[in-house]
Amino acid sequence: MSDLLERLPYARFLGLETATEGETLTVTMPFAQKLIGNPILPALHGGATAALLELTAVAQVASLYPRLRLPRPINVTVAYLRTGRPADVHARARISKAGRRVAHVLAEAWQDDESQPIAALTAHFLMAEDDH
Amino acid sequence: MTSSILDILPQLAAGAAHTHALGFIYDSVDGDRVRIRAPWREDLVGDPDTGVLSGGLVTTLLDHVGGLAVWIALGRFEPIATLDLRVDYMRAAAGRRDLIAEARCYRLTRSIAFVRAWAFEDSPDDPVAAAQSAYMLTSDGGRGLGANLKREHGERA
Repeated sequence: MSDLLERLPYARFLGLETATEGETLTVTMPFAQKLIGNPILPALHGGATAALLELTAVAQVASLYPRLRLPRPINVTVAYLRTGRPADVHARARISKAGRRVAHVLAEAWQDDESQPIAALTAHFLMAEDDH
Repeated sequence: MTSSILDILPQLAAGAAHTHALGFIYDSVDGDRVRIRAPWREDLVGDPDTGVLSGGLVTTLLDHVGGLAVWIALGRFEPIATLDLRVDYMRAAAGRRDLIAEARCYRLTRSIAFVRAWAFEDSPDDPVAAAQSAYMLTSDGGRGLGANLKREHGERA
């Protein structure tokens, strides 16, 4: 299921690449000029980093719950911790609770140093396909 | 609000490389509310089976329109940074349709701007997604900042 993001047009637009190690996915958004939101600094657009986090969470939930056609977020909260420099961004998600109807997911994005995340995501996903 | 901030809103809405690549378009201002549009495009779709724009794109749209609302509340452009952003996805968006986002900065303090925003196809009364966000203001002085806004409860940030 790690090829999920290759099927999603917006993930392709962002150039996302997925690597799988055991059950954990690491998704990379390679730097591209079109990701720049602040040309003066320059810095990545926060929305691009948020989208990376959200799609990483989608892919991680999908890989553990293949019965879901496409996991749907109920809500997402993104905290921007550091400026995204014009460089590759990596992200990883962890499912902290998988209930019958709802899953809670945490994800972080970083550049060179995983211990210095540039953004963090908290999200709830709907686990019942016919709900909502 | 000065006319100058209104004059540069189209540039602020779509002028950076990312917003340009996404095709964002400035729509309108009504008082302290601002709207931008994300025209539907095949390569921005999140679910190829339904043709709905990606949730990640909606997040970017809401983040960006919120920034515009902050500059309108400030009455000028200055560097700001999103502190955090919460998006509730209220319903599935309609396939192959543009999305409009509207935002309003409902409180400014010396260092933080608080914003609410909505994304919809036709009316903010029927939103696809709703956002609540906070932005850091980076100006040092801050004197006169939000002087045109009420501060009933004093500064909280």
